[in-house]
This record gives sequence, structure tokens and C-alpha cells, in this order.
Amino acid sequence: MSQRRVVVTGLGATTPLGGDVDSTWKALLAGQSGVRLLTEDWRELLPVHFAARVAMEPADQMERVEMRRLDRSEQFALIASREAWKDAGSPDDIDKERLGVVVASGIGGVITLLDQFVNLNEKGARGVSPHTVPMLMPNGPAANVGLELQAKAGVHTPVSACASGAEAIGYAYEMIKNNRADIIVTGGVEAAIHQLPMAGFAAMKALSTRNDAPARASRPYDVDRDGFVLGEGGGILVIEEYEHAKARGAKIYCEIGGQGLTSDGYHIAAPDPEGSGVQRAIKFALANSGLSTKDIVHLNAHATSTPAGDVAEANALRKALGKDADHVAVSATKSMTGHLLGGAGAIESVFIVKALQDRLAPPTINIENLDPAVTVDVVRDTPRQLPAGDIAALNDSFGFGGHNVVLAFKSL
Amino acid sequence: MALSQADVLAGIKEIVEEVAGIPAASIELGKNFTDDLEVDSLSMVEVVVACEERFGVKIPDEKVTELATVGDAVNFIVNAAA
Repeated sequence: MSQRRVVVTGLGATTPLGGDVDSTWKALLAGQSGVRLLTEDWRELLPVHFAARVAMEPADQMERVEMRRLDRSEQFALIASREAWKDAGSPDDIDKERLGVVVASGIGGVITLLDQFVNLNEKGARGVSPHTVPMLMPNGPAANVGLELQAKAGVHTPVSACASGAEAIGYAYEMIKNNRADIIVTGGVEAAIHQLPMAGFAAMKALSTRNDAPARASRPYDVDRDGFVLGEGGGILVIEEYEHAKARGAKIYCEIGGQGLTSDGYHIAAPDPEGSGVQRAIKFALANSGLSTKDIVHLNAHATSTPAGDVAEANALRKALGKDADHVAVSATKSMTGHLLGGAGAIESVFIVKALQDRLAPPTINIENLDPAVTVDVVRDTPRQLPAGDIAALNDSFGFGGHNVVLAFKSL
Repeated sequence: MALSQADVLAGIKEIVEEVAGIPAASIELGKNFTDDLEVDSLSMVEVVVACEERFGVKIPDEKVTELATVGDAVNFIVNAAA
């Protein structure tokens, strides 16, 4: 049983760069920004007037009646899952008792919650939709995907703020490894572009306020970075036990080697400047995957564009990878997608799978002056070729609360 | 204000189509909300609240379970508005 290997057989994404994986990946390699000025009047309430909305509205891909019973985060989950399931070959004849779903959200159906509160105040209790609770519960995205696919091995939703998406994939990996399931639809979504969560992040001074140049606002590793840009959307992977995938003739992208999970025990929101939790998570992920630092050629960084976070992470990466950090192409794709919170680790995992497939590390945009405190090798402006042969890559994600998740992916 | 059966049926058709996505043409007096039209319990709550707003009537919760068919609902609303 310990020999069970976990591979990726399907991908889906709905992001600020595109309505699917192909369009998103193409825009990412081209270094495009998905950040735009908000058009809503409420932006005037806030010090931040921009965000990274999805490139394709759910209404363009989904029936109206279905949409009205789903929170926006649930819509993203279903859209990306449908793409991923199809990409995996729509294996509808599998044993549903061996099919699981692990889809995270950092905040859950916050837009539904807040909209229904308005309804309550304006119309009274009768005005509150009977769909409110299934729409606002954070496990709603996972539950809806599970219902659609009739998954019966378990439907789960880890919640760890901005590490949620990566934690979901790690949880799904463990389910297959531990023989609870053979195939799992996993990832993360977020739909929190609303004045209240944005005001909350702004009150923490976590958001960039570069209102005069939104597309230049998300600038991880640049000396003038001033906070993250809120994004929305989600990424979904179909992951599968290796022999199960082979037996049904599935297209196999790559292997998930393992994961490392730690917590900081330091502060509710600030990163540990020593980054010891991040370093330990990287070490565990490598050990868990049977990899050494020499094998890693690419890393999709958490790098949200906050002044403290980017440097703390870069220092931790340098310490954990040592001299081998010199051959790790580090990409900070939030420079283009914004920060999808609970969806971040998931879309970034999709990007790693594509990077291993195409042997291209995506660029980091908006670095005009690289922060001299950043001592890792950042891929800037244009994609970088990755080596041929057996290679491996890491995705690290961190969440408010001090959650650290590192996933290791290997070419096959 | 008195409502005609035809007016109420037309209104319910619009509401059920809006809420549950059932084509108005397939909604008839004899159709059962659950068995024929597959309106689930949560959507039924929406239908009831929308009917109350549209026709200016109160449909108490204990009455809702008695409204099995479209015709039951039409009759209840016509009588309640009379």
C-alpha cells in the first residue's frame, strides 16, 4: 500500500487570465496581467480600486437557474471541475465509492452571506433565500462537485486561509496514498471580491493601493511592492493512483511526489521572519517525495507582493535549498493572476503541472527593481526553459494563521 | 383585489420558470410540483415567497405542504386574494 503512487490526469482552471487552462497558461507565458480597475461604485468606499476578476464570467458557461443556487465560489468550482474531469477523459464508469473530492476555499460563500444580510435588512426573514446556507458554507464548492460526480469516497474542505488550495491537494494526495480512494477531484476556489473582505484586507494594510496603475500593482520581489492584489477564480486537478490511471489508459501529466506541512506558531497574520516553518515544510516535502534539493528545477512561489512576506519566503527558500537554489527557476505568478486566497495554491499547482509538461517556467512580471534582499533566482518578464530529463518542482503556499504547505511534483 | 385563475396560472408559470428553470409551456394545473416538475423543497420555498410578493397574499407554512399541484396553488391564491 505504501507503494501507491499519485499522478495528475486532469486540469481545470477559471482565472483572471482565462476561462480555462489553455487560455490561462497562454496568457501567463505571455506575461499578461489579469488585474483591472473595478467598475462597481463601492470601490469609492475603499483605498483600493482594483482587483483581478475572472476573465470569463460564469454566466457565459453556466445555465441561469443553476447559477442562482450557487455561490460564485461554487460556480468557479463546478466550471473548473467540469474542465478537469473532461481533460481526465470523463471517466464516469469508475467505482464511485473510490472517487473523492477535496476542494478548498479560504473564506467560503462570503458574497452570498453579505448579500443575504442585505436582503434580511430590506425584506425581513422571508426575503432570505432558502439556498443561503448551502451557498455560504465553505464546503459548498466541494459538496457541489461531489454531488455532480456522485463521489462517495469522501468530500472534504481543508481551510487554512491562503494555504487552503495547496492543503486540499495534499489531503487528496494522502487519501490516495492511504488507499481511501483511487481518483480525486481536488483544488481550491475563491470568490471574495466584495467591499467587505476588501475593506478588511485593506485595514490590515495587506492590499496594494496602486490605483493609478492596477496592472502594475502586483509586483512580487520588486523594491516598491506595497501589498497583494485580490483575485478570484479557481484551479482543479484530477489526481489518481498510478496503476488506476494506467489501467484506464489515462493521459498522465506528472506525479505528485509528496507534501510537507508545518505551522509557524508565531503570529496570526505576519510571516515568521526566520521562515523556519517554511524551511521545515520544504524539507518534509522533499523527504516525503524521495527527492533532494538537486532535483528541484522550478518553484512556484507564494510571493504575494507584500513587503514582509516576499523576503521572508525568499530567505527561507534560500536556506532550505542552499546552494541548489541557484538552479531553481522561481516564478511568482501572482504578479499576473493576483492572489486567489484559497484558490492560489490550486491554480499555482496547475501552473506547475503545465510547466513540467511544456518545460517552461512562467515569468514574473512588474519587477522594475529587484529587491536586493531577494537571493533566489527569479524568472523575470519572459518564460524560462526548464531542463530535459527527470525534473521536479515545488509549490509553496502559506496562510494567515501560520500555515505552511509545500507540494512536490515530479515529471514522469 | 380579485384575481382570475388565468392570471394566477400565468404568474406561477413565470415564477416557476424563473426559480426552477421549468419551461412555462410544461406547467399545467394538474402538474405536481415535486413529482412532475421536480421543484425541490428549497426551490418550493422560493416559489412560495415569490407568489406572496407577486399576488399580495400570505401563504402560511402549514398550507404549503397542501399545495401539491399547480392547480392547488392557483386555487389557494385566488381564494386568498378574493
